Amino acid sequence: LAPWIPVVGLEIHAQISSNSKLFSGSQVQFAAPPNSLVSFFDASLPGTLPVLNRRCVEAAVMTGLALNCSINKKSLFDRKHYFYADLPAGYQITQQRVPIAVNGSLSYSLCIDNKMSQMVTKTVRIKQIQLEQDSGKSLHDDTRSQTLVDLNRAGVGLMEVVMEPDMCCGEEAAAAVRELQLILQTLGSSQAIMAEGQLRVDANVSVHHPGEPYGVRTEVKNINSIRFLAKAIDYEIQRQIEELENGGTILNETRAFDSKLGFTVPMRDKEGKQDYRFMPEPNLPPLILYDTKSLPANMNHQQVINIDWIHERLPELPSVKREKLVEQYGILPEHSFTLLNEDGLAEFFESVVKQTQMKPKKVIGWILNDLLSYLKQHSLTVKESPVSTFLLADLLNLLENKEISSTAAKQVLAELWKGEGKTPLEIVKEQKLELLQDQKELEQICQAVIDGQENEVIIMVLG
Amino acid sequence: KRLRSQVSAALKEGRVTPTQLCQRCLALIKSTKFLNAYITVAEETALKQAEESEGRYKRGQSLGILDGIPVAVKDNFNTAGIETTCASNMLKGYISPYNATVVQKLLDQGAVLLGKTNLDEFAMGSGSTDGVFGPVRNPWSYTKQYKEKSVPKFHSEDQESNWVITGGSSGGSAAAVSSFTCFAALGSDTGGSTRNPAAHCGVVGLKPTYGLISRHGLIPLVNSMDVPGILTRCVDDAAVLLGALAGHDPKDSTTIQDDFKPFELPNLTDVSELSIGIPQEYHAPGLSSEILALWSKAADLFKNAGAKVVEVSLPHTRYSIVCYHVLCTAEVASNMARFDGLEYGHRSAMKDSTESMYAATRREGFNDVVRGRILSGNYFLLKQNYEKYFVKAQKVRRLIADDFVKVFRSGVDILLTPTTLSDAAPYTEFIQEDNRTRSAQDDILTQAANMAGLPAITVPTALSERGLPVGLQFIGRSFQEKQLLTVAKWFEKQVQFPVIQLEEVKRHDSGVFQHQKSASFS
Repeated sequence: LAPWIPVVGLEIHAQISSNSKLFSGSQVQFAAPPNSLVSFFDASLPGTLPVLNRRCVEAAVMTGLALNCSINKKSLFDRKHYFYADLPAGYQITQQRVPIAVNGSLSYSLCIDNKMSQMVTKTVRIKQIQLEQDSGKSLHDDTRSQTLVDLNRAGVGLMEVVMEPDMCCGEEAAAAVRELQLILQTLGSSQAIMAEGQLRVDANVSVHHPGEPYGVRTEVKNINSIRFLAKAIDYEIQRQIEELENGGTILNETRAFDSKLGFTVPMRDKEGKQDYRFMPEPNLPPLILYDTKSLPANMNHQQVINIDWIHERLPELPSVKREKLVEQYGILPEHSFTLLNEDGLAEFFESVVKQTQMKPKKVIGWILNDLLSYLKQHSLTVKESPVSTFLLADLLNLLENKEISSTAAKQVLAELWKGEGKTPLEIVKEQKLELLQDQKELEQICQAVIDGQENEVIIMVLG
Repeated sequence: KRLRSQVSAALKEGRVTPTQLCQRCLALIKSTKFLNAYITVAEETALKQAEESEGRYKRGQSLGILDGIPVAVKDNFNTAGIETTCASNMLKGYISPYNATVVQKLLDQGAVLLGKTNLDEFAMGSGSTDGVFGPVRNPWSYTKQYKEKSVPKFHSEDQESNWVITGGSSGGSAAAVSSFTCFAALGSDTGGSTRNPAAHCGVVGLKPTYGLISRHGLIPLVNSMDVPGILTRCVDDAAVLLGALAGHDPKDSTTIQDDFKPFELPNLTDVSELSIGIPQEYHAPGLSSEILALWSKAADLFKNAGAKVVEVSLPHTRYSIVCYHVLCTAEVASNMARFDGLEYGHRSAMKDSTESMYAATRREGFNDVVRGRILSGNYFLLKQNYEKYFVKAQKVRRLIADDFVKVFRSGVDILLTPTTLSDAAPYTEFIQEDNRTRSAQDDILTQAANMAGLPAITVPTALSERGLPVGLQFIGRSFQEKQLLTVAKWFEKQVQFPVIQLEEVKRHDSGVFQHQKSASFS
């Protein structure tokens, strides 16, 4: 059987973190009462007009720069038409002809095996980033044969990030999305929490034989977590391979991932091959951005976005931060990867390192093995940790000063998790875990043990 | 020659009160109801506004020249608390929660909003005959002047059915101003919808430069061509309204950022510095010999007064109708997509599915004209047709606009053209052809200005053989309204267009009429 090459591309919609919507002043807020955040424009009341939100543009520029894109100094808005209950105007305002950013790249790391012992870096090309409106939400109430429409989300700003089909499997896609998520969160351009719908991923999957053209692709939607993303993609790849090997064909269709069953199913409500009748949005002039060179001297500062100004103020990206951690603390790249993968963990680590004499190379073990596994076990975030950096540093100092053994330290830590407010020293005293430093005392204890086990000693000495 | 009373001055001096003025207008609206110019008369709120204005005058705190002046607004502008229907079943009963920016500006300056005027459904048409509230009648149908000159075809025919149309689509606004029920009205102009009825009703119709006046709250027909239009009885009044309404609106991203300075029109006496262009292509097929003669006479008027009058060419004029139809229908299809019965407006009783509800709602809510344009527009926007039609039309549009640029660059200041092909047609004749045909014919002289975004104004010039108004159009450079209106004002003074002598009204209410007839307000 000839080998199959799976090809995976992604379309990611990230909700922009802003106070108000992309084209109107209504608020952006998760889980508000239905239809409580709807302006006249969002409800498509006749005669209302879009007004571009500056913050949303800045978020898109930041994201484009962080993803090594070229920022288009002139980009355009278009209308994409289709009828649906959650789209009040009957069209979505998007950027189809000339988006705000193009031709970027995202580097992400992957573990060769499951043990996090060997990381490899891959790159995926970013085709473009475009600004567009989010739709409202419609909930189908089949029992009462009705559809309930909530327009709170209608008009919220989105950045659609299109990743070229450079990925080969669920794992790569998951790693790429995870890295994008970290970047967005670092920039603050999107909170990117998948569970709150702030990051939505659609996967385009196809398979083909080496040397042959790409196969027909399917689009997989309704993926609610990074874990399910990997599963959905891998399932779909398998499904396509089996289908083709059994002589079947792949339809260019949209499929939904059913997380309970673990497979993809054709979508019931699919739009089919729609003609969106794209048309320029006549109410929005072209979006013009400047850089230091092109900035006119008499421009009103309020009305202008300077790409270079934004570039200079970009925060440190995850990849840079990871390298710095490795350099500064002598930890392994895999360690640095895990540190950044957990919200607040890198800061926790650095804080502990500052407060202890123990070398970072040793501290990292306590952070990644003990602290992290405990937090995972109890589904806690780093912020919720009952053990503060101060307490842990305190404990590690005891260990470093040889006042307790490492076994004892683990015992103390277990006690600290209870969060009863005791200091490590107090626990050590309570449980009599002090290491004996006195040579003489130690000799006496050893002698006593040996004396009590004469037969065993003889056997040992004789070999 | 008649004296123009200065109503604003009268208000200021207390010779007439805002309440009196408002009451007279409301009474006149009632007695001219047969014109069907108004869809909604906001009697209560108007009287309240008049009262407030009166209070301000008494305290010496008037808000300006518009304070207390009764105005009317075309029913495609949003007015908070007052029904906005667009003369369509789709929006019957629709009460908007907000005021269009231009409406708000009028109210902020103390104007008294009498009501919403009739139009073709969703502003689609050139007769004001295709709205759900019925056609608007041209007040000139009921004048001494018209009856004298017209010959009824059949003696047994009711005089009533001889009435002529106002033109469209802002016919209600034109009729309202023409019949003295208000001192100024807002219309909209996409292909000539303010200028066409203004010409047929013998009033001034101004189409400002695109981007000068906010469209926020104007229910759009073609976003890239629509402008709020101003209808008044004299050019000075139009300048006042322009000053009150123009300027950047942050709610409308297509308005220009530059500061707008309201101006007072100088009384031009010397036109020797002026260069008037006569575009040869505006001698369009179907142009009546009468109007051709008037146009020529007007050109001579300028020449004899010392202005330079040159023949110019706008070679792409003949493509403008087709170009306009593609772009207009495409934007219409898009703009009408929001009318699905879900959030507001008419919702069909059909419940089988969301889709069937949409379809039924739109079939029930829109008339044939609207539906026809939606279908055409969607056709042009299909992926396979987009390049051939929409993009092509955009390119032609650019050529049409460039024609004007070239002519203005060659030293011409203002273009002089006819506004309409003939005087107003009798309703029974007009409806012999369908809306699309009529629009195609009637828009030819006005739509190029919309394509190019240029300011244009129609000035009532003379009465036709039938005793009906004929207007001539001036087209100016972008944002050069001051020059445009100055020239228009000079022309208006030269031609001394006769005041309308409404017969019917006199019969019903003679007293009221006397005070209205001279009325300009500034």
